[in-house]
Amino acid sequence: MTITKEQNGNALTIFLSGRLDTTTAPELESEIKQDLEGIKELTFHFGNLEYISSAGLRVIMSAQKIMSKQGTMVVTNASEEVKEIFEVTGFSSIIEIR
Amino acid sequence: MKELTIQAVVENLDNVIAFVTSFLEEMDCPLKEQMSIEVAVEEIFVNIAHYAYKPETGMAHIVCKEAEDDVAIEISFEDNGMPFDPLAKADPDVTLSVEDRPIGGLGIFMVKKSMDDVHYEYKDGKNIFTMRKNLTRVNN
Repeated sequence: MTITKEQNGNALTIFLSGRLDTTTAPELESEIKQDLEGIKELTFHFGNLEYISSAGLRVIMSAQKIMSKQGTMVVTNASEEVKEIFEVTGFSSIIEIR
Repeated sequence: MKELTIQAVVENLDNVIAFVTSFLEEMDCPLKEQMSIEVAVEEIFVNIAHYAYKPETGMAHIVCKEAEDDVAIEISFEDNGMPFDPLAKADPDVTLSVEDRPIGGLGIFMVKKSMDDVHYEYKDGKNIFTMRKNLTRVNN
């Protein structure tokens, strides 16, 4: 998995590519812990994300919990397969997906 | 049929996924099903790696095969660890708000939702978990 970040003031976009799974999720989790302070708008760009498992969902949920308190969060460009996983797990009703 | 016996540690997840993916490719598994099968394999294997032999480690035996009726694939996992039925746990409430939802607990639920059949038994000192996924393969 590759994580790329773009910050513009208090808006942060995180581009993920590859696989967000048990092996790679801890890496994203520690990045998020460092970076979310003071962020008001968080965007996850999933355009090149090929795969997500429950370990990845866990990190996305923790990010949403943080952002619900301090601003907004949105997931963009997810593939149909990833969207289906968001649907099945009820994530699509609590996370904004564009 | 393809079989793999491998040490049940999270570091072997990539090897397990590569093993299952090569089977799915041989089976001409549609991409649509491939990701949900990979997710289910990850959840079950990681579960074994985390809990079956805790605090030690042990082996997992994985068998991938085509169902007899030719329209599905079956993957089974065996370990000699502590008896544990992953299907016994109640499903998480996926309608809770962001504040009330626990961060995790979705793994087995995703397996149940994405597979067409799941089955667990404890037999001869082994946990045996089997799952079946129907394929939407178009016959020529």
